[in-house]
Amino acid sequence: MAGYILRRLLQAIPVFIGTTFLIYFMVFALPGDPIIALFGDKTPNPAIVAQLRQQYHLDQPFIVQYLIYMGGIFQGNFGVSFSGQPVIEILARTFPVTLRLAVIALLMETIAGILVGMVAGLRKGKLFDGTTLAISLILISLPVFVIAFVAQFVFGVQLGWARTTVGDGAPIQDLILPAIVLASISFAQIVRLTRSSVIETSSLDFVRTAYSKGLGRRRIIPVHILRNSLIPVVTYLATDFGVLLVGATVTEGIFNVPGVGNTLYQAIIRGEGPTVVSFVTVMVLIYLLVNLAVDLLYGLLDPRIRYVK
Amino acid sequence: MRIKRYGVGFAALAVASALVLTGCSGGGASTSTTSANTTAIISTNGSEPQNPLIPTNTNETGGGKITDNIFAGLVYYDEKGAPQNDMADSITTTDSTTFTIKIKPNEKFTNGEAVTSDSFINAWQYGALFSHTQLNSYFFEDIEGYNAESDSVLTGLAKVDDQTFTVKLTSPQSDFPLRLGYTAFMPLPSVAFTDLAAFGENPIGNGPYKLASTGAWQHNVKIDLVVNPDYTGGRKPQNGGLTIKFYASADAQYADLQSNAVDVIDQIPDSAYQTYTTDLGDRAVNQPAAIFQSFTIPGRLPHFSGEEGQLRRQAISEAIDRDTITKVIFEGTRTPAADFTSPVIDGWSDSIAGSDVLKYNADDAKALWAKADAISPWSGTFQIAYNADGGHQGWVDAVANNLKNNLGIDASGAPSPTFAQVRTAITDRTIQTAFRTGWQADYPGLFNFLGPIYATGAGSNDGDYSNPAFDALLAKGSSETDTAAANKDYQDAQSILFKDLPVIPLWYSNVTGGYGTSVSNVHFGWNSVPLYYEITKG
Repeated sequence: MAGYILRRLLQAIPVFIGTTFLIYFMVFALPGDPIIALFGDKTPNPAIVAQLRQQYHLDQPFIVQYLIYMGGIFQGNFGVSFSGQPVIEILARTFPVTLRLAVIALLMETIAGILVGMVAGLRKGKLFDGTTLAISLILISLPVFVIAFVAQFVFGVQLGWARTTVGDGAPIQDLILPAIVLASISFAQIVRLTRSSVIETSSLDFVRTAYSKGLGRRRIIPVHILRNSLIPVVTYLATDFGVLLVGATVTEGIFNVPGVGNTLYQAIIRGEGPTVVSFVTVMVLIYLLVNLAVDLLYGLLDPRIRYVK
Repeated sequence: MRIKRYGVGFAALAVASALVLTGCSGGGASTSTTSANTTAIISTNGSEPQNPLIPTNTNETGGGKITDNIFAGLVYYDEKGAPQNDMADSITTTDSTTFTIKIKPNEKFTNGEAVTSDSFINAWQYGALFSHTQLNSYFFEDIEGYNAESDSVLTGLAKVDDQTFTVKLTSPQSDFPLRLGYTAFMPLPSVAFTDLAAFGENPIGNGPYKLASTGAWQHNVKIDLVVNPDYTGGRKPQNGGLTIKFYASADAQYADLQSNAVDVIDQIPDSAYQTYTTDLGDRAVNQPAAIFQSFTIPGRLPHFSGEEGQLRRQAISEAIDRDTITKVIFEGTRTPAADFTSPVIDGWSDSIAGSDVLKYNADDAKALWAKADAISPWSGTFQIAYNADGGHQGWVDAVANNLKNNLGIDASGAPSPTFAQVRTAITDRTIQTAFRTGWQADYPGLFNFLGPIYATGAGSNDGDYSNPAFDALLAKGSSETDTAAANKDYQDAQSILFKDLPVIPLWYSNVTGGYGTSVSNVHFGWNSVPLYYEITKG
């Protein structure tokens, strides 16, 4: 087990180098000069532009820029944004906010999704099943920004139940509404995954054996059916956690959450290489860790899965 | 040039964000004597400053909104854009070349340091020095000793005594005193120069407001300002402080306004253009701003030089139905252009000789185009380049359709994915089409809309326009000592532009904004930013 974890962690190193290289290259290949764009519609003095370009190493060939950046990282220096802030500080400020948002959303969708999905699967074809199917279909087909705008307008502006945007310090109560929005779509997916998985597991031999042994539903459903149905759901949750950390740009924008998505988006627009690459690198690392955690979780859910060196 | 960027907006959800120029306004009276709560904090929208809060390095609206409130320059602009003495006791000149500036005695920074001639001279020297690469350094280019390509001391700045200094310019600039209210000319306390990066994080100013505490700037979230009791100038706050919340999108701030989570906003999102006047009633604001929008046709494009070029430019201008486009596409949040400046600027006129060329006249346009064809037949497509991340597609397509239908030529937009890409192509002159251009005034003067863009060899002369008669009128205006006479020269200079049309004027951007039920006495300044010091609450 320890050897397996170590090997997986070692595998992360080439992935880390590969992704930083690719992302850095993509930012580098973005058309246009970010320094010129700093001046808006005003045409800057070429000498000043040259000087600034030199300051951010933008006058160097790509590989030199990349090596300067990587060299910095190994000294704990993630570079500096155009506004003069160390990227590491921006990371430290924004990741906790997005992480909080992602965890709240994940908890909501997991608890609600598995419960509803399980009940629907156990009552296949009944009214509850049909209703959840319809609702999940609607949720899946709505784009997230539609849900976000409607939720913001109805609950924030009209009813006044929640704050329209996230306030100072991104407190948990402000994050609930955006988290519900984020959770809504994944909730629908989890319901459907859990439902079909529960239906499939219910008809397997070991479940029938359990029933014929005389075990009660209270034991069979959680221990035999649910536990064995969770593998696809856990896989989905892991991917979704990654998506929540990375892809909440739209929702973060609408609710003005000072998180990763929002900040990364601005950095891409400004062509701030170090900021973009550092953000994406941290995201990749989180993705790798989450996936490792999921692989380990498989073993707990299904004793047949074992890790070999 | 103030620039403003947005993050994810409603229109931007598909791909874009925008680099939107946002603007300015003026007009209306501003007096109120309500028994308001002088400790109430006003909240407003803003965006995360893109640079440390150092005046000479702040060239975008996010930072400018803060620096303008925590610093006080020699002059400030009142609601109409007229300069009023702030730190200055007097600014005098006899030849518009050498200015003697006297500073009011007993003015202090919030750390107790006196505001003296050195506070200004040192700040300007710092800002102008080449190797400091300050984004606003070009503001000092008219001062003697300025060098844009290597380090050089501004020899034109001379200290007389603690309260007096003189500024010598390289050429007469009658509107130099008017410029002094711009952010770049703010004073700095001596402590700033020991560690400018740290200073930019927790600036110490002399303006109507000051930072509430060390660390009051919470990055990406907000900045808290409180009243500076030592400030004695004309911008005495009628409230207890100002919280500027940073929004990534105009949609979010509009939602906050509707739920009373923010008091004043100076930008309505595109998605609410149709509804905001009904949503807000008389708390909605929509007035012209000091922002001029146009597209530039470089003279080096085939068919656009000489007499043929003049005819074609006039034809294009007359073929555009500005009234309909501003009404239909912009819901009245733009005002059709009548000149090359802005209606909020002193000296603006909608009846300059030659301005008829801005009136929609399809028949005349067709005739002019035919005349040009007689000189040399037209071939190819007329394209207007724009950045797709800025919400420009609607009007570019509308203009292209106007040209197609009225001139019978092939016309289209030429989108580039990013703002940086278009600007780079414009700057290195590789662009081979017409392109979108815009100008937001730095200070409220006609010259600022003309000199930097159309003078021969000027910094933002992206179309490489050059006309000696125009240059001569600009120089004449700059050397006048009487403002009215100078404005007359600038209007005459625009007559020449109407003939040559180096850019095709389109419209002025309006400032659109609104405020909540709990605040009153909200007026927008000439530069589209609310005059926060006047606002009362409760």
